[in-house]
Amino acid sequence: MESHDSKQRHTIGILVQNRPGVLARVVGLFSGRSFNIENITAAETNEPGITRITLVTTGDQHILSQIVKQLNKLIDVLKVFDFSETDFVDREMVLIKVRAEERTRAEVLRIADIFRAKVVDVSPHFYTLEVTGNDSKIGAIMELLEQVGIVEVARTGKAALARSKKH
Amino acid sequence: MKLKGAQIFFECLKREGVEVIFGFPGGSILDIYDEMSRADVRHILVRHEQGAAHMADGYARATGRVGVCLVTSGPGATNTVTGVATAYMDSVPMVVFTGQVPTAMIGDDAFQEVDIIGITRPCTKHSYLVRDVHDIPRVIKEAFYLARTGRPGPVVVDLPKDVIQAYAEFRYPKRIDLPGYRPTTEAHTGQIRRAYQFIKKARHPVLYVGGGVIHASATEELLRFAEMNQIPVTSTLMGLGSFPAAVARPEAEGGVELHPLWLGMLGMHGTYRANMAVSHADVLIAVGARFDDRVTGKVSGFAPKAKIIHIDIDPTSISKNIEVDIPIVGDCRNALSKLIDMSQAEPIENLQDQRTPWLEQIHNWRETYPLRYVQGEDVIKPQFVVESIYRISRGEAIIATEVGQNQMWAAQYYHFVHPRSFLSSGGLGTMGYGLPAAIGAQVAFPERLVVNIAGDGSIQMNIQELMAAVCNCLPVKVAILNNRFLGMVRQWQELFYQKNYCGTCLDDASPDFVKLAEAYGAVGLRATKPSEVEPVLREAFSVNKPVLMDFVVEPDEGVYPMVPAGKSISEMLLV
Ligand SMILES: Cc1ncc(C[n+]2csc(CCOP(=O)(O)OP(=O)(O)O)c2C)c(N)n1
Repeated sequence: MESHDSKQRHTIGILVQNRPGVLARVVGLFSGRSFNIENITAAETNEPGITRITLVTTGDQHILSQIVKQLNKLIDVLKVFDFSETDFVDREMVLIKVRAEERTRAEVLRIADIFRAKVVDVSPHFYTLEVTGNDSKIGAIMELLEQVGIVEVARTGKAALARSKKH
Repeated sequence: MKLKGAQIFFECLKREGVEVIFGFPGGSILDIYDEMSRADVRHILVRHEQGAAHMADGYARATGRVGVCLVTSGPGATNTVTGVATAYMDSVPMVVFTGQVPTAMIGDDAFQEVDIIGITRPCTKHSYLVRDVHDIPRVIKEAFYLARTGRPGPVVVDLPKDVIQAYAEFRYPKRIDLPGYRPTTEAHTGQIRRAYQFIKKARHPVLYVGGGVIHASATEELLRFAEMNQIPVTSTLMGLGSFPAAVARPEAEGGVELHPLWLGMLGMHGTYRANMAVSHADVLIAVGARFDDRVTGKVSGFAPKAKIIHIDIDPTSISKNIEVDIPIVGDCRNALSKLIDMSQAEPIENLQDQRTPWLEQIHNWRETYPLRYVQGEDVIKPQFVVESIYRISRGEAIIATEVGQNQMWAAQYYHFVHPRSFLSSGGLGTMGYGLPAAIGAQVAFPERLVVNIAGDGSIQMNIQELMAAVCNCLPVKVAILNNRFLGMVRQWQELFYQKNYCGTCLDDASPDFVKLAEAYGAVGLRATKPSEVEPVLREAFSVNKPVLMDFVVEPDEGVYPMVPAGKSISEMLLV
């Protein structure tokens, strides 16, 4: 397919039967067909035996529709939902370890306060913050903390749900 | 009463109606082999596990039933991978059982351990590692169900040794519980109606059909729909046999009468009239085909004037390579039946007047550039061998092919009238497919004439299976079009690599095929002159033994027409 649309990011929700190898099937499909995964999370839902995978991918409309169709074709996949078609909430949690020396500690706490981040660990030279939010909030706090000095970061990847009906 | 896993295995196969297993034993699968001696199932012992997979595939394509293959862990399993991928690309229903090391040793790099589920994940419809003897019945039932329904395909079932040794009560499940698997078979009536409105208005309609028509057993509906609306039909390699190419059996003398609506195959080595018809079509109705790059050539040049209707059971095939105007997800037979009903309810007015100019145009294309070759006095032309096979078998043989020029000439010069009579590796293009596939078909149809049209290169890739044919009294016939080259690759070198024939010449680099046949206990025959072709074929077809025929043919012959890779299908090289 010849297509020149700009690359867009899409969040996709996938409900799967929690069978051995199911994650490998999903991820293998992306690598095997050269689709992109920007981030991915997987965990059990409230229904026993059913796992929700949330992933963020990039591509034009044509690629996205192939991704959705190919995912649906996997036997263990129960439901695929493209969030770009609807209103949804998404959150990600990030742990950020920052340099916290005498002169920067107050600044770190001030930034944490503004973003409602929690200090979850303190050591002589570092603070570790926990922050939850969507892409733009996380982007913003990271940018500010970068100036103080980020040591390392661990992100959970995104969780997403549609706002209204059940998917 | 509790049964051993290996016994449960055979109880399940019995429930699935399995008559024959193509296999090869080894340590991990020995409990099943031990039990096999007491089970009511035929076993064909192959000489290489790739052969087992292709035989199961050939059996499946020829019958429409699920082919079964059984191999040991490690190298036994990896040897099937080419066969599994071949079946996957061509949507062939097949279940491959592989032995595995005991569950407690999985992951330890045990002797002959390999992660066959991981290796085959991208080329199977689904796969199972059975961890508990109690799961064997459910898994086998699901495996056969998945293999044959929806878009068919291969399923791998990995059986650890301790699982087939353990005991359990045997109960075969009545129901299938696969909530994530619900193929759409019923075509959407609204979409069908929209499609029919386009078809009604079409001046230059073309049906472009593929293997899906055969899988769905929709050949009668296709013929009916095409004839009632006078729509010419072209087919992919996989679709050959879905539409009756000829209207009468070929007589010993004289030409063939092709069906007036038959365009022949399209694409890279398609006929001039098929490629021209698609290039000028105003409505293209794709049925059970997937717009493969060997069919479309340059995508922007494919059916540039046409509204495209696409009927397929697999939604991922639709708008994958080409954006279509009317997608219809569903079973081909269901969709064609609905189109037939609509054509009956609202027939096209003045059908003959409307169609005459288009059918005349197609006839002119056919007259201008028919498929042709010149058979002289001295050297055998490969096309002549295929035509002779067609004539002498009266078009009623099951034809398998290898890959390359032999495959394309078989597709061009054998006019298939029945579905499931052409067995060829289309999607993967697997050299070495033809002989084992022919053997698999012969197992299913012991009385029919099964001919593998082969190249001198490809035949050597699975020649060892001649032994399986001999031992099991399977009288397959192999016609080697011996051009002393890896011919199709040589043709590309001739056209696109300045005749730099690097790595493709097999002159003095092949065995004496007649002696080879005899060494295996088969019959070997050779023809070096055109006048010998027919006597050799007649003799081969009359003996009830496997026969290897060595036809020493013109080395420089090319397959034409040819659309160079990346060109539009209207830009054919002709001879
Ligand atoms: C397993 C495999 N290896 C390589 C190829 C590439 N290939 C395609 S056609 C061909 C030549 C086949 O030669 P031969 O069997 O003699 O048939 P011919 O084209 O001469 O009829 C080759 C090497 C292939 N299709 N399959």
